[in-house]
Amino acid sequence: MPTMLEVSGLTHQYGQGERAHVAVRDLAFTIESGQLACIVGPSGCGKSTLLRCISGLIPATGGSVRLHGDEVSGVPGDLAVVFQDYSRSLFPWLTVAKNVEFPLRWQKVSKAERSQRAAEVLESVGLSGVGKKYPWQLSGGMQQRVSIARALVSRPALLLMDEPFASVDAQTRGELEDLTRRVQRDLGSTILLVTHDIDESVYLADRVLVLSKSPASIVADLTIDLPAERNQITTRESERFVSLRGEVARLLQSPQVQRPGEPDPATAESGPGTTTVETGDTAGTADTAEAAARS
Amino acid sequence: MSATTLAGKRTRILGSAVVTWLVFAAALLLWELIAIGADSVYFPRMTAILGTAVDLLLSGPAWRLMLSDAVFEIVLPSLATALGAWAASAVLGIALGTALGRSDWAMDYCGTLISFLRSVPPVTLMPAFMVIFGIGVEMEIAAIVFSTLWPIVLNTVDGVRSVDEVKIDTARSLGTPRRYWIGMIVLPAAMPKIFAGLRLSLSIAILLMVVAEIVSGSGIGLQLSTTQSTVQYTEMWVWVLLLGVLGYALNSALLAVERLVLGWQPTRGDDA
Repeated sequence: MPTMLEVSGLTHQYGQGERAHVAVRDLAFTIESGQLACIVGPSGCGKSTLLRCISGLIPATGGSVRLHGDEVSGVPGDLAVVFQDYSRSLFPWLTVAKNVEFPLRWQKVSKAERSQRAAEVLESVGLSGVGKKYPWQLSGGMQQRVSIARALVSRPALLLMDEPFASVDAQTRGELEDLTRRVQRDLGSTILLVTHDIDESVYLADRVLVLSKSPASIVADLTIDLPAERNQITTRESERFVSLRGEVARLLQSPQVQRPGEPDPATAESGPGTTTVETGDTAGTADTAEAAARS
Repeated sequence: MSATTLAGKRTRILGSAVVTWLVFAAALLLWELIAIGADSVYFPRMTAILGTAVDLLLSGPAWRLMLSDAVFEIVLPSLATALGAWAASAVLGIALGTALGRSDWAMDYCGTLISFLRSVPPVTLMPAFMVIFGIGVEMEIAAIVFSTLWPIVLNTVDGVRSVDEVKIDTARSLGTPRRYWIGMIVLPAAMPKIFAGLRLSLSIAILLMVVAEIVSGSGIGLQLSTTQSTVQYTEMWVWVLLLGVLGYALNSALLAVERLVLGWQPTRGDDA
C-alpha cells in the first residue's frame, strides 16, 4: 500500500524563549493509503495541535508533513477535517445541502453536479431528504453526519477527524462509529481520527497510535487485528477487544516503561490475553478518569 | 417541531396580533373620551384628528390611491431624505465597520474616537451642520448620515470580530479562497449584529429627519412647526401621529427584510 501521510520529526511549540510551551515533540509516523488510524492520547497532550499541523491550519515549528509525497504548507486541497463541535463548525446560515456543497464551490464543478454530489453523499451518511433544512433543525448526531458528509463530498485523499464523537450521546456515538467504518470502506478513504477514548480507538481503528502526555510523542503503534466487520455489542465483549483495550490503557497510564528506542515493546511486555480481568479493570479506570477530566 | 405545536403557535401569534390592535384601538378611544372631558383646544378629539388626517392626506383622486398632494409634496420627499440618508449610512457603515473589524490594529487607534463621536448627541450638532452645509436638503442628509453611521459601524465591527474560531478553521480547511472570505463567512456570521445596528439607526434617522426639517424649514418638520405656531393644533397632531405610523411601518418593513435575510436563525426567543 502506498503511503498517504508521512509525518517526520514534527515539533510544535507555542511562544518563544522561557515561556515557550512545546506541545508536540519530534513526532514521526506514517499512514498507509486506505487505513483508518486512531491517535489516542491523554487530554491536553497536544493531539489537536498535531491535527492542526497536519491539516496545515498552523505551520509546525519543526519537522515535515507530507501528504502523498507533497510537503504540506498551507491547507492542502485534498484534505478535509471534521471538528468535534459540529454546532460551531456547520455554517448556520446555509441549509444542510448548501453546507455540504460548500467545498465544491471552489472547484470546477457545475451547479447541477454540486447538488447531485451533495445529495449522494448525504444519502451515504443516512441523511437523504434533509437537504433543505437548516443545521439547527437537526439532532446533534445528524448535524455531525452533515459535517462528515461535507468533509467527504470533495473526495479528499485524507480525512482528519478531531474528537468527532465527543459531543454526542453514547447511542449516537456508536451509530457514528459504525457509519465512519462503513463510509471509509465504501469510499476507500484514508482516515486519521484523534480521540481520548480508549474503547473508541480500538473499536474504530485498523491501527492505534498511542501518544504520551505533553509534549506528545508516539509511545506505541498497535495493529488492531479485530475482524473488519465490527459490532457494537459482540466486538466490544470479545476477548481480543478487551485485551487490546487493556493494552492501550496500560500504555497511556505508564508510558515511561516503554520510552522511545524500543519500537513497539508493548506487545512484547503485556501480551494479549495475559490477565484479561485485570486489563479490563485498568481500562475501565483509565476511561473513568478520562471521562472525569472531560466533564 | 411537531405540527401541533406549530399550529398552536400560529393561533397564539394570530391571537396576540388581535389583542395588540384591540389595545391600540382602546388607547384611541381613551384619547377621545379624555379629550371630550378636557374640552381643550390643545388636546383635540381623536375623531377630529383622524377626520383632518383624511382631509389632509387621503383626499386625492382614486387613481392615486386617494393620496392627496400633501403626501406627494411633503411626506414622500421627507421619507426619501430619511431613507436615502439611512441607506447611504448603512452601506458606508457596513463597509467601514468591516474594514475596521477585520484589521488587527485599526480599532485600537479609532475605537475611542468612534465611541466619542457616537456619544455626541447629534441634535446638538445641528448649528454646526447649518454652518457647514447651509440650510437645505444637504444639511438634512448630513445630519442623518452622521447620526446613524456610528451605531452601524460599531455593531458591524462587533459582528465581524465575533466570527467563531471553529467556523474560521472550517472555512480554511474547506479551501475557501481569500476573496470570498468576507462575503461567504464574515458578513453572514456578522449579519444578526449588523441588523441590530440597522434597526437602531432607522429610528434615529426618522428622529433626525424631523429635527433637521424643523430647523431647515421643509417637509414634515416644517408642517409641525407652522401648524403649532399658527394654532392649528388638530393638524399638528395629524403630523405627530403620521410620524408614529411612518416609524412603525418602516420598522415593520425592516423586520420583514431581516426575517428574510436571517431566516436561518433558530426562532428568536425560543432556543430550540
